[in-house]
Amino acid sequence: MIYLILFFEYFKIGLFSVGGGLATLPFVIDLANKYGWINNKMIADMVAISESTPGPLGVNIATYVGFQSCGIFGGLVATIGLITPSVIIVILVAGLLEKFKNNNIVQGTFEGLRPASIGLIGLAAYEVVKIALLNLDLYKITNNIKDIVDIKRLIFFVVIFYGILKYKKHPVMYIGIAMVVGVVFKM
Amino acid sequence: MKRLMDLFLTFFRIGGLTFGGGYAMLPMIQKEIVENKKWATEDEIIDYYAVGQCTPGVIAVNTATFIGFKIQGIWGAVSATLGVVAPSIIIITAIAALLSNFAEVEIVQHIFGGIRVAVVALIFASIIKIWKSSVKNLFGIILAVSSFLLGAFLSISPIYIVVAAGIIGIIREVVGGNKS
Repeated sequence: MIYLILFFEYFKIGLFSVGGGLATLPFVIDLANKYGWINNKMIADMVAISESTPGPLGVNIATYVGFQSCGIFGGLVATIGLITPSVIIVILVAGLLEKFKNNNIVQGTFEGLRPASIGLIGLAAYEVVKIALLNLDLYKITNNIKDIVDIKRLIFFVVIFYGILKYKKHPVMYIGIAMVVGVVFKM
Repeated sequence: MKRLMDLFLTFFRIGGLTFGGGYAMLPMIQKEIVENKKWATEDEIIDYYAVGQCTPGVIAVNTATFIGFKIQGIWGAVSATLGVVAPSIIIITAIAALLSNFAEVEIVQHIFGGIRVAVVALIFASIIKIWKSSVKNLFGIILAVSSFLLGAFLSISPIYIVVAAGIIGIIREVVGGNKS
């Protein structure tokens, strides 16, 4: 019975949260409070763990809450619940697009969507830049302009960016290098 | 059947090696799906992201479903989606069960300090690549730049930006005829 509740609650979250993993968070907190599954400390842990493990954020959060509420099977059920509406809706949309791909309205739509999508990916990169390269919190305290940019990280950024453009290796290579550099230079 | 297994394993790799959610998946998808497997083009990947933004759910999952469907129909969509979520289920379950203070361990924080820098660099490199293949005229440049600015400085939700861009694209098509 608890699994059914978990599935349908997560089905609802998957259906109504538009805009990616973090958009599910308010719904998840709401849900957890309603059933008393997790407390505020656990929510903070959950977000920290979800951001520091591989995989989509929304899926990580779902698995975590599911596990905390009713074990391994709970994590599985919550995740399946979360992705079911996406899978159904995307298949319907993909089917329709396939059928009408030569229609000029559909083509016009994508002519507009493509550049906007690139702009939004840039936006996501900008959000990560704020966390990865800048020290905005420290700057707010010290008001010292030198504190805005984390020099160690900025140098590493320039080096690895050059490496990516020049050698075009698999992204995993660069992630692996970054792990080692992060530990060695205490980033 | 072999194709489905291939889809599952490819997306399992992508899910297991992506740090930082849907957008961080882009460099991985370019390498695995566009360059290695040649299952889709750069333009198509961007289309999937655009659609993934405005359909409900997690963007990474939507993108995986879309690519899977395109390659092998409904079962392809299911295989790709299960592949992309499976590593999360395994890893999160293990961490939640065994190391609840995982994120506070000092070495983990340093590792992620490093990874985040690499993720930014990888996304920038992806944007350059995609920009070259998909932004072909002044119309595209204006739309891309204004989408970024509206989101970054006015905090307008990506959903509205995507919908508005789609409508602008339609108007341009209808008013401008079949020039493109």
